[in-house]
Amino acid sequence: MIETIAFYLFSAVTIVMFWITVSSKNALYSMSALAAGMIMISGFFFLLDADFLGVVQIIVYTGAVMALYAFGMMFFDTTREVKENIRAPKLVFLLSGLTALLLVIAFVAPIAADHIKAFYPMVEGVENPQAVGVVLFTKYLVPFEVAAVMLLVAMIAGIILAGKKMDESLTLKIEEEFQEKGAK
Amino acid sequence: MTFTAFAIATLIKILVVLGIFSALAGFGTYLERKVLAFMQRRLGPMHVGPYGLLQVLADGIKLFTKEDIVPQNSVKPIFMIAPVIGAATAFIALAAVPLLPEFTVFGVTVHPIIADINVGVLFVLGVMASGLFAPLLAGMASANKWGLLGAARTAIQLLSYEVVTGLSILAPLMLVGSLSLIDINNYQTGGFTEWIVWKQPVAFVLFLIAGFAETNRTPFDLLEHEAEIVSGYATEYSGMRWGMFFIGEYANMITLGFLASLIFLGGFNDWGFIPGGLAIVLKVSFIFFFFLWTRAAWPHVRPDQLMWLCWKVLMPIAVINVVVTGFVLMM
Repeated sequence: MIETIAFYLFSAVTIVMFWITVSSKNALYSMSALAAGMIMISGFFFLLDADFLGVVQIIVYTGAVMALYAFGMMFFDTTREVKENIRAPKLVFLLSGLTALLLVIAFVAPIAADHIKAFYPMVEGVENPQAVGVVLFTKYLVPFEVAAVMLLVAMIAGIILAGKKMDESLTLKIEEEFQEKGAK
Repeated sequence: MTFTAFAIATLIKILVVLGIFSALAGFGTYLERKVLAFMQRRLGPMHVGPYGLLQVLADGIKLFTKEDIVPQNSVKPIFMIAPVIGAATAFIALAAVPLLPEFTVFGVTVHPIIADINVGVLFVLGVMASGLFAPLLAGMASANKWGLLGAARTAIQLLSYEVVTGLSILAPLMLVGSLSLIDINNYQTGGFTEWIVWKQPVAFVLFLIAGFAETNRTPFDLLEHEAEIVSGYATEYSGMRWGMFFIGEYANMITLGFLASLIFLGGFNDWGFIPGGLAIVLKVSFIFFFFLWTRAAWPHVRPDQLMWLCWKVLMPIAVINVVVTGFVLMM
């Protein structure tokens, strides 16, 4: 029973949080609501006894949303509302939302009843991280390795793009050097 | 055990942990002032009560009765909720920490851990990491330039040192082969020579250094560096909201002490003639004292030095440590 209460509580909070993310005009509200929603999602993993995935959800999205905050900090005055050109056509929003919901129901309803089964059901006595590791290094080895290579490529590209003037330290520069550059 | 009994037991544990640790966090401020004072050859708080012991109470009364100022141009709801995040995450992280060995009271065996999940280390570190939303939101919402600088520093400093913490803790976890703090503790039952710190000294040093950065302690307390950015993210705060940041910070220090003792220093196993419960309290107290000792002994570092230390020194060492451990385990 406690699981049911927790599920509905987490669902309600998650939906409200993502609603705020989409509808708020203040960048700080949106980002905070996004972070809260992402962390609330981990609650579902805990309810399903997938502790490992739940914790990974918290760790990964804390970092990911943090990067968004950094962008927000650089590009906006986050304490003010962002001026948006779209004047929120409510009817279009409502209709498209309802259509999406109907599509989801139409596609999910036939399979929801009894066709859902776990490909890799939990084995008794095997802990979460082990179970994830076994699947990751057998069935999904190739996607795993490809993802690793792509992350490596992204990291090298990031270092090369950002690291052009790594040797110059802005804090150690003397005042005159700045002025010389300004005069040119 | 029936569900009701479980619920009541958990509720009692939560209340006890909350009460004890918020009191300890308050008492920590007194200890810090005393230790710093003795290291700097002064007396520290002396006037309120014997040896200034009631100073904590006086500070508490001051914090609770001060006017709660919310600046006019700030984003008010987020400004008000930020300190709560700081204190709450610090206490939630404690939920998965086994605080003491099992003991029996009135014929009931008590497991002094609120939620025994099998990924305890990750949970504690993850929740402590999400605590960095507190200074970040506080700085960004307070419409203050010093606050914004503090928030920017939070984003870079805490995220960077997350990496070092994770990598440094990976090597001991490879030895143990489990993410549960209780399993890690049981791995070291053999006594003093079985402590993981002897097998993983590099990881221990890295973990402690990253711990200083993550709990925002000197020499890495750049988020509120008084000499540079007034008070950083906490510039606009006053009264109890300001106090909550510090309850969170001290609770985090204690949690980190527990983590370091459990993972590296033998946890709550009996240590010679000292029973396990006392042993872990001694270890945590030493690590707490070590935090204060470092604060008295070292100056602040510059932000660029901090980043240099993280990415060019600590992270490569941590990666090499993991690789070497892997090779040793394979052989």
